[in-house]
Parts: sequence; C-alpha cells; structure tokens
Amino acid sequence: MNMLTEGRPTKQEENIITPAQGTVQTHTGNRALMVDEPLIFETGSPDRSGVDLPEAPAVESRLGGLDRDEPISIPGLSEAEAVRHYTRLSRQNYAIDVGLFPLGSCTMKHNPRLNEKMARLKGFSDIHPLQPVDSVQGALETIYQLAEWLKTLTGMPAVAMSPKAGAHGELCGILAIRSALEARGDAREVILVPESAHGTNPATAAFAGYKVEDIPANADGRVDLDALKARLGPDVAGVMITNPNTCGLFEPDMKAISDAVHDAGGLVYCDGANFNAIVGRVRPGDLGIDAMHINLHKTFSTPHGGGGPGSGPVVFSEALAPFAPLPFVEKTEAGHFHLVEEETAEDHHESSFGRMVAFHGQMGMFTRALTYMLSHGADGLKQVSEDAVLNANYVLRSMEDLLEAPFAKSGPCMHEALFSDNGFANGLTTLDLAKGLIDEGYHPMTMYFPLVVHGAMLVEPTETESKAAIDQFIGALRSVAERAKAGDELLKSAPHFAPRRRLDETQAARKPILVWQEPEEYAEAAE
Amino acid sequence: MRYLPLTPHDRQDMLATIGAASVDDLFVDVPKEVQLDGPIRDLPMHAGEMAVEAHMKKLAKNNSAAGDMPFFLGAGAYRHHVPSSVDHIIQRGEFLTAYTPYQPEIAQGTLQTLFEFQTQVARLFGVDVANASMYDGSTACWEAIVMARRITKRGKAVLSSGLHPHYVSVAKTMARFTKDQLVTNAPVLDAATDGADLLDQIDDDTSCVVVQYPDILGRISDMSAIAEKAHAHKALLIAVVTEPVALGAIKAPGQMDADIVVGEGQSLGVGLQFGGPYVGLFGCKQKYVRQMPGRLCGETVDAEGKRGFVLTLSTREQHIRREKATSNICTNSGLCALAFTAHMTLLGEKGLRDLAMLNHKKAVVAADRLAQIKGVSLLNDSFFNEFTLVLDKDTRPIVRRLADQKVLAGVSLGRLYPDESGLAHGLVVAVTETTSDEDVEALATALEGELA
Repeated sequence: MNMLTEGRPTKQEENIITPAQGTVQTHTGNRALMVDEPLIFETGSPDRSGVDLPEAPAVESRLGGLDRDEPISIPGLSEAEAVRHYTRLSRQNYAIDVGLFPLGSCTMKHNPRLNEKMARLKGFSDIHPLQPVDSVQGALETIYQLAEWLKTLTGMPAVAMSPKAGAHGELCGILAIRSALEARGDAREVILVPESAHGTNPATAAFAGYKVEDIPANADGRVDLDALKARLGPDVAGVMITNPNTCGLFEPDMKAISDAVHDAGGLVYCDGANFNAIVGRVRPGDLGIDAMHINLHKTFSTPHGGGGPGSGPVVFSEALAPFAPLPFVEKTEAGHFHLVEEETAEDHHESSFGRMVAFHGQMGMFTRALTYMLSHGADGLKQVSEDAVLNANYVLRSMEDLLEAPFAKSGPCMHEALFSDNGFANGLTTLDLAKGLIDEGYHPMTMYFPLVVHGAMLVEPTETESKAAIDQFIGALRSVAERAKAGDELLKSAPHFAPRRRLDETQAARKPILVWQEPEEYAEAAE
Repeated sequence: MRYLPLTPHDRQDMLATIGAASVDDLFVDVPKEVQLDGPIRDLPMHAGEMAVEAHMKKLAKNNSAAGDMPFFLGAGAYRHHVPSSVDHIIQRGEFLTAYTPYQPEIAQGTLQTLFEFQTQVARLFGVDVANASMYDGSTACWEAIVMARRITKRGKAVLSSGLHPHYVSVAKTMARFTKDQLVTNAPVLDAATDGADLLDQIDDDTSCVVVQYPDILGRISDMSAIAEKAHAHKALLIAVVTEPVALGAIKAPGQMDADIVVGEGQSLGVGLQFGGPYVGLFGCKQKYVRQMPGRLCGETVDAEGKRGFVLTLSTREQHIRREKATSNICTNSGLCALAFTAHMTLLGEKGLRDLAMLNHKKAVVAADRLAQIKGVSLLNDSFFNEFTLVLDKDTRPIVRRLADQKVLAGVSLGRLYPDESGLAHGLVVAVTETTSDEDVEALATALEGELA
C-alpha cells in the first residue's frame, strides 16, 4: 500500500529549521499532549454538579437544629468536565502501565487486570462488613483461602489478615511480640533494628512503646552476628530484620540470628517487604522467624494506587499465634466459616492482643491477591522470584563497570541491585542522575536508601519486565551515569522534558500551602 | 505464564551475561537446607484466566450482595450510589499503577488530586488543613488521640460512649501498649447523647475528648459546650465523622471549634467492599499542622516558576525521622482518596447538600414508618440517615433470620456490643438514596412477622 505523501512530508527535509526545545512559545503555554490542568477550585462552581438526584420527600427535617447554614465552598463539575479533569491529570503521572518502574524495595510489578475485574464482582464489592456471617460465607472463605496460601508459602502456622498496610503489619507483629513477652511476665524495653532498615521499622517499634537501638552491619552489608550477639540480653524484646535486606542481599546467617535471639529470650520480626525475591523458593518459617508481614501490594501485585491502599497480613510462629489480633476466620468441621470477633473473644481467644482496625481488613486487596496467586500457582510463584532475581543480577552486572556497586564483589544480589554515587564529577549527585532518568522516560530508582550507602541507588526491575525492556533501561541508565561521571552540567537542571521542572521543596515546607485559598488570601499570605 | 515475559532463551542469555551457570547460582547466599527442591507442595499449579475467574466467581456468588435485596446496614460503612465515572477515573492506569509521588515532576496528577482532596476534606470538616489520607476512620481516630497526647503532653483521653465500638476497641488495644489512659463507657438507649456526662470527665489531666458526630446510635448533638470545656482545661476536642455525607446537612465540627476532625471517607466513591480498603480522613487547625501524622501535599513552584505540588513537611515522617516520627504510617489510601475526591467533585456543594437532604428525609420517612410497627419504638429525636430502633425482643437473632429471608435489616447492637445485655434490643438502621420505598415496606413487613 502506498502512503499518500503529497503535501505531507514523512521525513524531515534538510531546510526545515528545528528550534531548540523550549524556544517555541505557545499561546496557552501547553505543548501538544503536555497540557496544564487548573484546579477544580478555579474551574468548578458550587452550584454545578455531575450528579442528578431525585427530589427528597417533603417532610420536616430532624437534624437537632444543627442545619449547616454556612457555605461549604466545594465546587462541582459536570461529568464531562470531571472526566476530562482527571484524565488530563492522569497524563502527568508516571506509572507501571507507562514503563519500567525500578523503585527498589517497592516491587512495582505489573498489576494484572483480571484482579481488578474479580475485585469488582458484586459478591465482593457490594457486601457490608457487618452482614450476618451466613450471608457472607463466600467472603469469609476467600479470606480463609488466602490465609491458607500465605501460611503455605511462608511455612508459618498462623496469619493475621486485618493489618491495613506494611507498616500496620509491622505494628501487628510487634504488638504480638510484646503481648507474648508480657504473658510470660517478662517486660523488655528494647527492639534492635539495623541501620539499613526501612524507616517504618524504628517508627513502628516506637509507636508500640519500645526503645529502639541499632544493630551494626558488617562490611558486606549484612547483620554483624557477633555484634548482635554481644548486644542481646534480658532487656531486648526482639529484633526487626529485613530479609532479603535493603542492600538487596540475603542474610545467610538468618537462622543463627533467630537462634541467638531466641536463646536470649527475645523474638524475631522479619520485614517481608522483599518477599518477592524468595517467594516459592524459601519459606521464612524455616529461618526461625516469629512474625513477618507480607505486602500484598508488593509481592502479590495489588496496585499501589499512587500511595495505597496496601494490605499487610502478618504470619506468625507457634510462639506468637495465640496473641494474633481479632478478628479472624475459622472453618468448622462442617465446612462453615466463622468470624471470630468481639463476641467470642472471651470464650476462645483470651490471649489475642485485640482489635487493631475496624471491620476485617482489606477485602478488596484479598480478592486481588488471591486471584494473582491462583493465576501463578506454586510453579509460577517460584518462577516469579527466580526471574526477579535474574533481572536484578542482570542489571547489576550490566552496570557495575560504570556505577560503583558496593556489595557486588561478595556475590549475587537478590531482587534488587544497589549502587552508590562514588565517582560522580562536578558535584553531581544521585538526585541529578535520577532527574536525568526522568528525561529518558523512566521513573527513577529508590534514592538515598538504604542510608548505609552514600548516595544510594536501589534498582528493582521485577519479574514482569522483558529482556528488551531491561536492555533499554540499562542503555538509558548507562548514558545518564556516564554523564554524571563526566560532570555534565545539564543534569543539574534536569528534568527538562517532564510536565514540571524541579520543584522547590524548601519553599513548600517553609510556608506550607496545604489547601487551596482564594487568590486574595494568597496575596495576604505572601505579605 | 502470561505475566512473565522472559523466555528460556532470554534467561540463558542473561545468565551468560551475569556469568552464572544457572539461576540456582544466584541463590548461593541462601543456605541449601532452607531452599525448596521444587514448587511448594500443597498448592495448585498456575491457571488461565478462565479457570481463575470461575474459582473467584464461585466464591463471590456465595455472598448476599447488598444491591440484590432490601439493605439497611450502616454503623460506620454506608451504601451510596457511586457515579459511573468514578470507577473509570480510578482505573486509569496512570493513577492505578503509580507509586507514592516521591518524584513530583512525573507525579503531578496524583499530587494535584491530593491537594484538591485535602482542600475538600478541610472544607467539609470546617477546619484549616487536612492530610492526604489515613488507612481508615478507626486508625485515624487513634492517630488523633496520639497527636493530642503529643500536643498537650497528657495521657488521658475521654471517649464518648457514642463512638463506634470498633474505634474504641482499636484505641483500647493501642493504649494498653502505649500506657495512655482511656475513659470509655458503653452507650445507653436514650434519645440524648452523653454530652453532659462528658463535660464532667474533662479535667487538667485530659489530653482530648473524642466525640462521634452523628454518633453510633445516629444521634446528633452540638459539641460546642464540650469544645469550650475542653479548651478551658487546655485539652482538645477530637470529632469523629463516620458518615461524611452528613456534613452536607449538619454543621461542620470545625464550626463547633473541634481541634482535630477525623473520619471514614468510604461513603464517597469507595463502596462497601466488606470493610476495606477504606479511606481515613484527617483534618485539624492550622496551628497543629506540624504534629499531624501521614502524608501532606503542598503547593510550590518549579524552576520555571510554574505552580506545582510536592509531598511536604516530611520531617514529621518515618522515612526521615525514624523512631521520632509522628506516626509509622507509610502507604495510606491514595486510590480511595482519589475515588473520594472524584465523587466529591462530581457532587459539588449543591450535589452534596441535595444528596444529604435526600438521605435525611428518606430516613425520616422510613423511621416513622418502622416506628408504627407494634413492638418497635424509635430512639432518636435527631438523626441524619441512621437511627436506632428499640424492639421488644432480642434483635440479633431477628437480623440473622431476616438475612435468611433476603432482607438485610440493619446492624444489631448485640453484634456490636456482645457483652452489653442492656443494648440487645437495639437495631441501628441506615437509609440512603439507594433505599427504595419498597425496601422500607419489605423491612416493615419482615419485622412485623418477627414481632407479631
């Protein structure tokens, strides 16, 4: 077929002038598909609505004399405007659907759409948490089945399903540890956490009323077993260890660490954020762990949604199982599913530490995660961890001649590869490299974490990337890394092609503007 | 395996680049004795979409969906009609599959919607500022109590008996570990709230008074006197709103001088979902903003002077402050916050007010109809879209039997307060715009059958 090319040049002629990016001004300030979108407060109106409602019955109100008589000042949009508003805004976002998202420790894998479809079945999405249990047997069975999968995959005998996210799961695990220790009359005050841990670990321990101390690391980026043993004692309630750790390395001494902590009367919490590296290949229950949360929004693909919702079920050892929170689901011999909540707590489960959230947890995430597990099966999940680790090692070995990989000499990494900014010239930093990657069409890797490596860059490609996609990413990363080492001044002002240039975070924090104000209020605030 | 792009050939090529003979070589740090020798036993192998869909549909079918029968449950989770466009908006892959907006130059979509969300929540609550969401109402409520402790440096919180019992349970669980002192009571079946009793509990050791509005029995009362007394003792008023639609009809807690207002945002955009994920709302007075938990989105400018948005005041947060953070929260409820804000934008003030009055007046009609039944009386003088009926029989078995007859009658107080025999005759009934006159008649007929 011949393309009609008359009057429509398909290749650039030599005499066409291509102006430098940014020198062509448009009337709107927009650049084709890159379109700025005003706030709803600038375009909407309180008397406009995208919803039509029937007339209310003509009866007197009974609001106790507390009628809302002042303006609420929330603008509305018609449906047409609202759909366009959010669609335009969505196009200013990077997302997994748009490209590789190598955010270390966050496990940004593809979110299968079957999961979305299943979560929307009315039998899951349109049921109330307080319906009589006979009317929600399928929902309780879903929770039960997911719990069975999690127990089998981790080799742990019990699981608490209600925690709302990873950090909430950490809290669940630490409260169980504290309850178990209190039950044996052994008040202990200290939780040990490695310096390389996620910030949520020390924050959780403190939120639960513990003092936090660091566990030293050795030169290989792992827990220093001897130093840990030296610190253990009658005041140490337990340790919080991430395995694989945040340097992307497996802790080979994990069993010895667990044994040492147990010998000293403490308990072992494992941060399961990095479970994707070992799912289907290693069971945490075989490592002497007492509690571990599982981020369903990482390993089991429920969408991150721009910052949640997550879901953080916690698996428990025999030692902690009796202290698990309410509610939970039990299966009777007759095959009936029973919800153990307040009513039966005193009868059967008096040692439970209690309820940590209203209702029963993140059902919408459970249906998605179970769908994911059924899709992958035992064989697929093993392949998941193997491909995730393979992809990360491929990135590590394709980059280590150019970017310093501080722990690469000690062997392979797990599901994420860690680099430092050593060798960057001209004052360029990890931040500059990250912003340069944005111009190349990628979301940057995790930056400046873990804290134990200078200018850390933690790259987690995940198993859902093809070799071609990873090769393209490596090409981009190599190019930007070379520019950083050559001291390319232009990196300091990157990104150049994103919907926004670098944003002034200092100003945002100094005079926080957290809600929209009428323009005259802005003017006053500026004075 | 449809989600895994690597071919056997790719894997061989990549292993060659790495210099490993097999993938097992990449797991050398894992002690041999803990490595499984094959796929985990006792689990099925992978399955195609059709097989998985059949499995999940079978589970879903074994539930009574609210939309398929007369439905009157509330008590912290409400069934509202969500406009069709909301689900399309949250399924945009750019929203659905984005991460927390750590790289603001390529996350303005999420950030601007959060800024709009914060503004809507602050205006709805009548307070100065709001954060970018919490997990849900119950955890937001505990976080507010912790925040009040930080501000007042006192550890005694007075909880209204009208506070949702699950919220009370969450606070009790946490307070046991943090050594906070909680004053709590079960509600009594009376038309008046416990506002007067609460005043007596406030003293110079009190960090905060926590009041649900409308309360668990649906009652509405003015919190101004509580705020005044609390402030006289340098304590804070925390208002808890589990039904945000109510604030389209009744005064905002901020108008009664509440210092912190938290809530459950599920009513707008999110749906029932058997209890989660939901979205916690959290607002407060400007002077307390640096003590807030959770993510905050703020306005700023980029290097070219263009308006843009970033996560800000992160020195409160765990990834910077670690054990000194205001909370351990990290992932919150971003996508549910998007659903909430999209629904709120579709409503606008007029739509919200109309929706609220529709809910309220339908509830008034239903309450009067149900109160005509012999053996049923209406507890409330005031209510929004939820009220308490007192039956002349134990309510819980009735609710179970009616569910078997495909009428989901409401939430029995026996379910919520299993240890309080004085509440066993209470039934909390919610009526929203989705409730039809036929539904109300069906409930009335079913109740008449039980109480005859």
